[in-house]
Amino acid sequence: MTDDILIFAEQRDNRIHPAALQLVTPARALADKTGGQVVACVVGDQIDTAAAAMNVAGVNRIITISNTSLAVYSATRYRTALVAAAEKVQPRVLLLPASFMGRDLSPRVAARLSAGLGTDVVELDLDGDGALEIHRPIYNGKASAKLTFARDRLAIATVRANTFPAPTDGGAAATESLAFTPGAGDDRITVKGIERAGGEVKDVAEADIIVAGGRALKNEQNFALLYKLAKELDAAVGASRAACDAGYQPHSRQVGLTGKTVTPKLYIAAGISGAIQHLAGMRGSKVIVNINTDPEAPLAQVADYTIQHDLFKVIPALTAEVRALKAQS
Amino acid sequence: MRILVLIKQVPDSTTRIKIAAGGTDIDRTGVKLVVNPFDEFAIEQAVRLREARSDIEQITALTVGPAKAAEALRTALAVGCDDGIHIQDDAFAGFDELQTARLIATAVKDGGYDLILVGKQEIDLDSGHVGPAVAEFLDLPHVGTAVKFELAADGKSFTANRRVEGAEETVQVTLPAVVTCEKGLCEMRYPSLPNLMKAKKKPIKQVTAADVPDAASLFASVGGTKMADLQPPPSRPPGKVIPGEPEEAVKELVRLLREEAKAI
Repeated sequence: MTDDILIFAEQRDNRIHPAALQLVTPARALADKTGGQVVACVVGDQIDTAAAAMNVAGVNRIITISNTSLAVYSATRYRTALVAAAEKVQPRVLLLPASFMGRDLSPRVAARLSAGLGTDVVELDLDGDGALEIHRPIYNGKASAKLTFARDRLAIATVRANTFPAPTDGGAAATESLAFTPGAGDDRITVKGIERAGGEVKDVAEADIIVAGGRALKNEQNFALLYKLAKELDAAVGASRAACDAGYQPHSRQVGLTGKTVTPKLYIAAGISGAIQHLAGMRGSKVIVNINTDPEAPLAQVADYTIQHDLFKVIPALTAEVRALKAQS
Repeated sequence: MRILVLIKQVPDSTTRIKIAAGGTDIDRTGVKLVVNPFDEFAIEQAVRLREARSDIEQITALTVGPAKAAEALRTALAVGCDDGIHIQDDAFAGFDELQTARLIATAVKDGGYDLILVGKQEIDLDSGHVGPAVAEFLDLPHVGTAVKFELAADGKSFTANRRVEGAEETVQVTLPAVVTCEKGLCEMRYPSLPNLMKAKKKPIKQVTAADVPDAASLFASVGGTKMADLQPPPSRPPGKVIPGEPEEAVKELVRLLREEAKAI
């Protein structure tokens, strides 16, 4: 085991995942304590742009594993690739984004490398013996816990998006490529197709801003109001469980328990009362806006800004105001 | 074809969480325990395969947990699973998720299961480690967060759709394999009273540390994380109610979002 910190630099279609860039901040803080280097591993087919983005974020070393069979994510092939990088680097800590890919891949890699694993981490540090200790939400955000790792084995953590800023002061990384050797049985998973869901609208799990609606929208057509605002803000549209169950929006847009846990920089809730399951899924957002006529709505308890008016008046006015603002700048 | 469904008993999603003294667990007094909602989808998917096909020989539900977790197995049996495996021993009480996955893999590796279904994550620890880790320990492929599942007519492979950020992937996988189930796959039916009665007569096999060869050395080398210092979530600073008519309030909101919160 070295003192290095390895980052899985997730990319799709040569576009680096923003959460992968953000991993450089905690990785650098850990490396400053261990005295090791920050190493990024980029896995895929055409990955030059993604690797260049990691370089800008300021890692010491970049290992690219490029192969046509890695063009799209496969749990088995990406496992084999990342395990190969980890065996080469022998890091003390391996960080991945707590994305779909990171959460899908990390248990396999941890099992293969006899490592410890913590998921959806929001704080990382080393204890007195140099073992990783992290904090993570549990019970869907209704509690938080400290997790300590054994010092004698690799520690792996997936880090929640938007927890750390992405540095931009790098550019001096040494780059090397590692040949991909497929493992036996890696070809048991074949990706047949990838369909972008929701057209041009962003997914709640990757958006910096989310505009979300509840049952108060009354029907699917009225969600068009939120889509207009989302377009102006370059935001994703989310929905409460009640709105999804009523068929106003697909479940892929549901925020909360049995939906997605989101941590955007801005969360605008329109006509969402804030059931405990919904709050659990969005209370980690940096700034929360609550638009609701009901002053007693639980969402008001976690909101930074509340407007107590009818969302059918507020949302169009807000859309116009944001549009006017963009026209000025 | 033999199907294994992995389930966990967890506090109901509406539970108000209180931290127990010592801070290593929640206060479980009076907490309603249910089958993990994502595992319900796995149970239902297995039962629907049985209803749609003639080649499903056995559906086994497995849980790791204390005596009370048998209730979760009974629910699975009432919905349509044929038998249960209950792994419980004080020796396993401090296991983290990866050690639990290794325990499950060790217990089922000779069971001849073609398909292992499990929820995409457990709503207590929220980690989602068990499905992919069991797949790795058994050297099986897996598909995570499946929202659609279709078994091929010959029973040798399946296609599944999985949601990832902003996209839906269609993947084809050969059996045996592990699938983790996401909301949207199916909703579990309510067990009928007669089926609840019948479930009491279905067999549940008990597995203890004595049944797991070399238990200590098997688990010493993986995982081993320890949870402590449970806290309520960090409280948010008190918010502002923005006064005025909608038009004015919106103008003020945008100003605050730009100048104070720097969010847009």
